[in-house]
Amino acid sequence: MTDVSGRAKIEIAHLAKSFGTQAVLKDVSLAVPAGGVVALIGPSGSGKSTLLRCINLLVVPDAGEVRVGDDAFRFGAGTKLPGTKALARFRAGTGMVFQHFNLFPHLTALQNVMEGPVTVQRLPKAEAEARARALLAKVGLADKAEQYPSRLSGGQKQRVAIARALAMEPEVMLFDEATSALDPELVGEVLSVMRALAADGMTMVIVTHEIAFAREVADRVVFLRDGVVVEEGPARTLIDAPQHPDTQAFLAHFHRRGEAPAA
Amino acid sequence: MYQWDFGSLWTYRWLFVQGLGVTAAFTVAIVVIGLLVGLAAGLAKLSHVAPLRWLSNAYIEVFRCTPLLVQLVWFYYALPILAGIEISAVGASVLALSLYGGSFYAEIIRGGIVSIDRGQGEAAAALGMTPAQSLRRIILPQALKRMVPPLMNQSIIQFKNTSLVSVLAVPDLLYQGQVAAHDSYRPLEIYTLVAVLYFAALYPLTWIVRRGEQRLATSD
Ligand SMILES: Nc1ncnc2c1ncn2[C@@H]1O[C@H](COP(=O)(O)OP(=O)(O)OP(=O)(O)O)[C@@H](O)[C@H]1O
Ligand SMILES: [Mg+2]
Repeated sequence: MTDVSGRAKIEIAHLAKSFGTQAVLKDVSLAVPAGGVVALIGPSGSGKSTLLRCINLLVVPDAGEVRVGDDAFRFGAGTKLPGTKALARFRAGTGMVFQHFNLFPHLTALQNVMEGPVTVQRLPKAEAEARARALLAKVGLADKAEQYPSRLSGGQKQRVAIARALAMEPEVMLFDEATSALDPELVGEVLSVMRALAADGMTMVIVTHEIAFAREVADRVVFLRDGVVVEEGPARTLIDAPQHPDTQAFLAHFHRRGEAPAA
Repeated sequence: MYQWDFGSLWTYRWLFVQGLGVTAAFTVAIVVIGLLVGLAAGLAKLSHVAPLRWLSNAYIEVFRCTPLLVQLVWFYYALPILAGIEISAVGASVLALSLYGGSFYAEIIRGGIVSIDRGQGEAAAALGMTPAQSLRRIILPQALKRMVPPLMNQSIIQFKNTSLVSVLAVPDLLYQGQVAAHDSYRPLEIYTLVAVLYFAALYPLTWIVRRGEQRLATSD
């Protein structure tokens, strides 16, 4: 699937990023069509989070190109770093969900979801509230609107965080291990919200250790190791029959129907 | 045995009232100005612009590492000559006390801001907030809660520090006490009363701060 101009929704080209002397991403390219779901998998420290954070420029790449929808940025020698205003405008069009939720503890669930529309989009309060309530209902938390995050379970927090990101009506959603901090019995409720989003046609990039979920929901899977895309392909093909020995070794750590890593 | 005679102080009641008024006004002024200076210096110390950080650091260290009394005297006697300006005793006092307090406030404010989890700023940025919006809507409201007790403590110290302005003949509570003592030859009663007045003003404040700290400790 592509948009009217025949382009992918997200396009990453020749991305490079180092922290100090450590090269974390080396010439990574990635394209996600509109409505596509890509799962990023790989060992700890392989650069998955860094890649994801480069897509919304929470991490500014050293070199390469990042395009989401019609907004494109080029990095590297001879290019000017985008200003804070341009960065903020760009990020408003991408939603991100974090491993540790990062809800605003001084705001209720409803206020958390309203915050982006009110502060960034300058939506009138009443409109923002209507939108926020609809989204909380969508993630099954209509009755928790007035609760502060400290009164919510992990799974509920993460669902509020997803609603908060959706409130900006983003073009794409980025998930960084959205279920890794959750007790096993709470993982399902978050995954089912993500599954529904994917079915709705949201363009998504998901960093996950839930291999079975990736296989079921993602269209494509990208295996990253040491900042390099080692293998990439249709989700089922890559997970059921990985070609590269590194991918095989990595996936062997997961149980057959792949839940938690064995070690 | 010394014969206490507090009755004779009644004559000086207006002097004490005036002195207390000046002390209170001074405290309000130097707390407000000091907080503004401290906020600016605290934010500058967190800035991405290196010269701003150096400037703020230099300011904070200079004022924290010299005695307040020396600063007061310096601002009154040395600054006018160096800068070629006239400065009143009140002006020098407000300037020195505000800058001194600001250097402590700056560290409290900076510490409060950096104590907020990085994820908060990242979540705000991911929503599309500018750094200024993130600071105003997300970081400061949370940091403020943690900063209030130490800021109140520092302000109480500032209240006490105002007594130093008496050396520049600013008519605060202590200075008026000195006037009354010279006039009445009753320094024991006078200075005891001055101490009691400071205590009566400050004790309720420290009590409020302690209550606030307890309430913060029980919430989140
Ligand atoms: N802000 C940073 N400063 C310095 N080094 C960093 C920073 N962020 C990440 N790194 C380093 O970059 C490497 C890749 O980190 P990244 O978080 O992208 O890995 P990951 O694949 O998401 O790992 P995990 O599965 O553990 O989350 C790691 O070695 C990490 O220590
Ligand atoms: Mg990670």
